[in-house]
Amino acid sequence: MKLRFWFLLPAWLWLLALFAAPFAIVLAYSFLTRGVYGGIEQPWTLDSYTRLFDLLYLTILVRSFAMALAATGLCLVFAFPAALFISRAQRHRNLYLQLVMLPFWTSFLVRTYAWLFLLRDTGLINTALQAIGVIHAPLPLLYNDGAVLLGLVYGYLPFMVLPIYATLERLDPALVEAAGDLGARPLATLFRIVVPLSRPGIVAGAVLVFIPCLGAYLTPDLLGGGRTVLVGNLVQNQFTTARDWPFGSAVSILLMALVTLVVWVMLRRQGDSLV
Amino acid sequence: MKRWLAVYAVAFFAFLHLPLITLAVFSFNSSRFTVWEHFSLAWYRAIFRDPQLLEGARNSVIIALAATAISTAIGTFCAYGLWKRGSRLLTGALYLSLVTPEIVTGVSLLALFQWTFRWLDWQLGLFTVILAHVAFSIAYVVIVISARLRTVSPTLEEAAMDLGATEWQAFLYVTLPALVPGIIAAALLALTVSFDDYVITSMVAGVDSQTLPMVIYAMARRGASPVINAISALITVFFGILIVVSEKVRAA
Repeated sequence: MKLRFWFLLPAWLWLLALFAAPFAIVLAYSFLTRGVYGGIEQPWTLDSYTRLFDLLYLTILVRSFAMALAATGLCLVFAFPAALFISRAQRHRNLYLQLVMLPFWTSFLVRTYAWLFLLRDTGLINTALQAIGVIHAPLPLLYNDGAVLLGLVYGYLPFMVLPIYATLERLDPALVEAAGDLGARPLATLFRIVVPLSRPGIVAGAVLVFIPCLGAYLTPDLLGGGRTVLVGNLVQNQFTTARDWPFGSAVSILLMALVTLVVWVMLRRQGDSLV
Repeated sequence: MKRWLAVYAVAFFAFLHLPLITLAVFSFNSSRFTVWEHFSLAWYRAIFRDPQLLEGARNSVIIALAATAISTAIGTFCAYGLWKRGSRLLTGALYLSLVTPEIVTGVSLLALFQWTFRWLDWQLGLFTVILAHVAFSIAYVVIVISARLRTVSPTLEEAAMDLGATEWQAFLYVTLPALVPGIIAAALLALTVSFDDYVITSMVAGVDSQTLPMVIYAMARRGASPVINAISALITVFFGILIVVSEKVRAA
């Protein structure tokens, strides 16, 4: 058993130095005051937290929540039929799964950039629509909320497909057959048998999508063109351009608290681990 | 319903893959606009004439290799230790590090590094980026290797020790060989997340440690460019080869 101590020692050091310590510093900063030149100064105060209730910041929080919820909902709508298809495929099931996983392995930055390339004024969509004469001036597809939402859905779709597929695959096909034998139409079977039974997968997928979307920084920055400010951009801005570290820390703590709450509630309800 | 599902599946996979395929196709277009002229490798040649891209690529490779080596070692030992006897605190911290928004990880590591500068004579650079990458990739490694360990029977080590092996020998000669495919898969995952990371890296990088994603990001903020298409296609092919290799290893 002495071996276990030495094996876990580096991980404990990681926990202390690179996980607990940065968190403690941010927690402390969130109660301190911003100096004249952007430094951190005494006295201790709750100012950064009361500022969170400014209408400006409340709006950003609500918008981030709405954006993450919308992305999660759309991911669910798009992912469920795909997961159903894969779970019912007679052949090539592994190939389909790998096709879902493939974008997850490719660079997130590259996948987000792909939409920048497609949606810009001289991008493929606008060029093609102009060529066939549907429109005469390019549509403003990029740098708005819709583009950000699309980027988030595209980026996190695999996270929704895989857990739903995992529950659908374990679903007893006899239940579906029984519903059909008892006279249920395919759609009734789907919504009253299959969807309720795949709830654990749906909840897991929803959490896996919602959490990164809530704290998203890259997608709103690149596809929103700085016009779509979400809470992730707010944190980044406070630590760089605005140089208000105490306020940025308070927003970070709030974001962490929200994420932990979501995960905690889910673990309570599922009685199961995330992965 | 079956037919509709199949039609939908085609549309779904098209949505998932067409953007990247189009991106790659137009990286071979001679025109800078999204109208096909003729085949050209000009944008690929442009990559190798861009000193910023080359330096970014060099930094990214150094960082990814160093961070992968360190986090794979720590993560493997950690997964093994937790397999022997669990620790709720450590497991909880690993999960929490996985769900922490990237930007929060980034700013808190920046705060930590800046704080140590009061006592230590060092600054933001390659070393801080490597530390940051180790910080966020350990959890991935532990999860992959823990999954592999669940298929290993603890009785094998007990048998080895009954036959006179020390704890260390039981680990080295009995469990470790069974873990090799898991370790390689974990290392490849760590390599991918490290090589791809922009958000955390951009917070803790110094002027001399711009990574490839940082250079690409700065270019993309100024608008799309065929050079980014070309480098994106190269990165995608590179990751594609990594997945094929890791799938082969995992199946072995």
